[in-house]
Amino acid sequence: MTVLPASIDDTISLLASQDYICGRDLGTVAFLSLKLGKPLFLEGEAGVGKTEIARALSAALGRRLIRLQCYEGLDASSAIYEWNFAAQMVAIRTAEATGQTDRAELQAELFSDDFLIRRPLLQALEPQPGGPPVLLIDELDRTDEPFEAFLLELLSDFQVTIPELGTIRADAPPIVILTSNRTREVHDALKRRCLYHWVDYPGFQRELSILRARVPEATDKLSSEIVAFVQSLRGEDLFKSPGVAESIDWARALVALDAVALSPELVTDTVGALLKYQDDIARIAGAETTRLLDQAKAQLMATG
Amino acid sequence: MAGGQTRSAPQGRLAENIVHFARALRKAGVKLGTAQVETAIRAVEVAGFTRRADFYYILRATMITRADDLTIFHQVFAMFWRDPEFIESLLHLLSHKTRDDKPPAPKPAAHRRAADAMGEMPDREPPDLPEREEVEQEALLSWSDNAVLRRMDFEQMSAAELTEAEAAIRRLTLPVSPKLTRRMHPEPHGAKPDPRATLRASLRRGGEIGRIARKSRLRRPPDLVAICDISGSMSVYSRLLMRFLHALAHNPQRQWGRVSAFTFGTQLTNVTRALRQRDPDEALAAIGSEADDWQGGTRIGDAIERFNKDWSRRVLGSDAVVLLITDGLERGDAAHLASQMQRLSLSARRLIWLNPLLRYDGFAPRAGGVRAILPHVHSLHACHSLDSLGALSDALAEPGLRDTLLRQL
Repeated sequence: MTVLPASIDDTISLLASQDYICGRDLGTVAFLSLKLGKPLFLEGEAGVGKTEIARALSAALGRRLIRLQCYEGLDASSAIYEWNFAAQMVAIRTAEATGQTDRAELQAELFSDDFLIRRPLLQALEPQPGGPPVLLIDELDRTDEPFEAFLLELLSDFQVTIPELGTIRADAPPIVILTSNRTREVHDALKRRCLYHWVDYPGFQRELSILRARVPEATDKLSSEIVAFVQSLRGEDLFKSPGVAESIDWARALVALDAVALSPELVTDTVGALLKYQDDIARIAGAETTRLLDQAKAQLMATG
Repeated sequence: MAGGQTRSAPQGRLAENIVHFARALRKAGVKLGTAQVETAIRAVEVAGFTRRADFYYILRATMITRADDLTIFHQVFAMFWRDPEFIESLLHLLSHKTRDDKPPAPKPAAHRRAADAMGEMPDREPPDLPEREEVEQEALLSWSDNAVLRRMDFEQMSAAELTEAEAAIRRLTLPVSPKLTRRMHPEPHGAKPDPRATLRASLRRGGEIGRIARKSRLRRPPDLVAICDISGSMSVYSRLLMRFLHALAHNPQRQWGRVSAFTFGTQLTNVTRALRQRDPDEALAAIGSEADDWQGGTRIGDAIERFNKDWSRRVLGSDAVVLLITDGLERGDAAHLASQMQRLSLSARRLIWLNPLLRYDGFAPRAGGVRAILPHVHSLHACHSLDSLGALSDALAEPGLRDTLLRQL
């Protein structure tokens, strides 16, 4: 079991060892979350690395990553636990066949630990090899409000209550990370139990370091041109600005095409990796691409 | 926050200052609980502080829970930790000032209804109908494209109006079916067997299965998003429409899921929070001051574009129905309006257009804006009367005029 980082700087370098380059703000929040044992609530646009931090933390600390992908209609039976009905039925028939008739005894047997199917949230409360796991509750805004209520007990006391069994409590609380794309507002009651952080698009230098760590095959010139272009694209009034994940995808696409520098034709051919809405692609097509590219290159020259 | 002050446990002054800081934040409008303040103090204790930036991030992570509050936090932090006393004295000063030279007090909400109930005549003239008609003609024939920033003072609601609003909303049925969710609920003749319920019932009989319990998918009312034009050409309807929106948001029979409302003239304003006030007078007053482009020009295309970019992903996420209330008199580019309407129509479950101009016989889709919007809406209805919400509800229940008008294009 790896020891938890002792300071903010340790946390940042721990994440950097997994090629996750974060700013001091995110580093501070991550450190506090580990130290205080509080869930971390990350909100931000799609593709800014909210999910990725959970992966990086679990890999760096050598903990198991348990992921719960949220969707509308997610309920306790697929998030926390379910009873194994088929096995219970067999047990009933067996009891009948052997002439066991004591109801209380049967009930205790049927709703025992053996027939319990553990879903991600329950798994996260149980001891795991390597220490308490990292629990990632991804895209919380996709569920409906009733599900948030399930989470309240889990996030404040790290326990869940199963009517037939009683309360199950974690010996060592898991490291919980929740993410949201903010397609709807998550309830305050839930956010208050967490440390909140708004993940923004990174600045030029940080995005460049991210790209260098993630796509080392790209030449320095190409990486900085990519970052400059993407950054100026974010200044445009687009329906969906490209995130860091898109920059990385784009860089990989360009490397696959053996590109060493950006040209308007190259951008037009590969822009699908960067922009995912037809309006946006139409908007920057043609002369606009050239203008943005020139602007990006001029900026690079200016900063040296 | 000097560099020498490292790793000191936040005793005495610092903890106290954090509490004061939390109070300053609360005064600035940030919702902040005592538990969060406690977490903040503990967090500072754990992390220690060697840098001002860390201290900033620590307080932000523990005290802020909404992205909208980040700017307020930044401002208050910058002011407070430069000089904690400064902001206190400032707030003190401000609160004194407002207490001293108060403007003549506005009538408390529900004043008029209280007066109605006491049998007192409401202190306004009965509406002079011919005159209103005249005003309306003038408004309908002209529209402006200059951005006029104006606030709106609504008259208070009478008790009769309130009863009418409730009755109208109760009768209101938009041509939309409820939404099937992925959640299940027990139902005797449901589509799927429910093993868990079956087993639980059987245990009561010692393992004998008497009846197979069934379940089916839960239906839930769709969410509703109203986008309402408050420009000059719509001004005669605004009181009626805001009343309509308020009644919708507080629908007595829960026919709707979440209701969000937006107003636009020259800019788009989200008035959902203002609408949430239970009291209609307070809500109307809040809307009147929140949106400040009343009776200005109309740029429908730009407003819809802003909605598409900033809000559609947040409020149309779960298949919402959009109610667009406008006369379609657009001063901007019709092609731009058409493309934005198309996007709106593609992201909404159903797009219903409510057009007050339709109540005139011989309305023909000639205006450029109308021609741009019409192909993209799913149905089109009229608002029949200036004064009655009931007429609005009835109009929505009637089959839409979209197809008839579309043929005339």
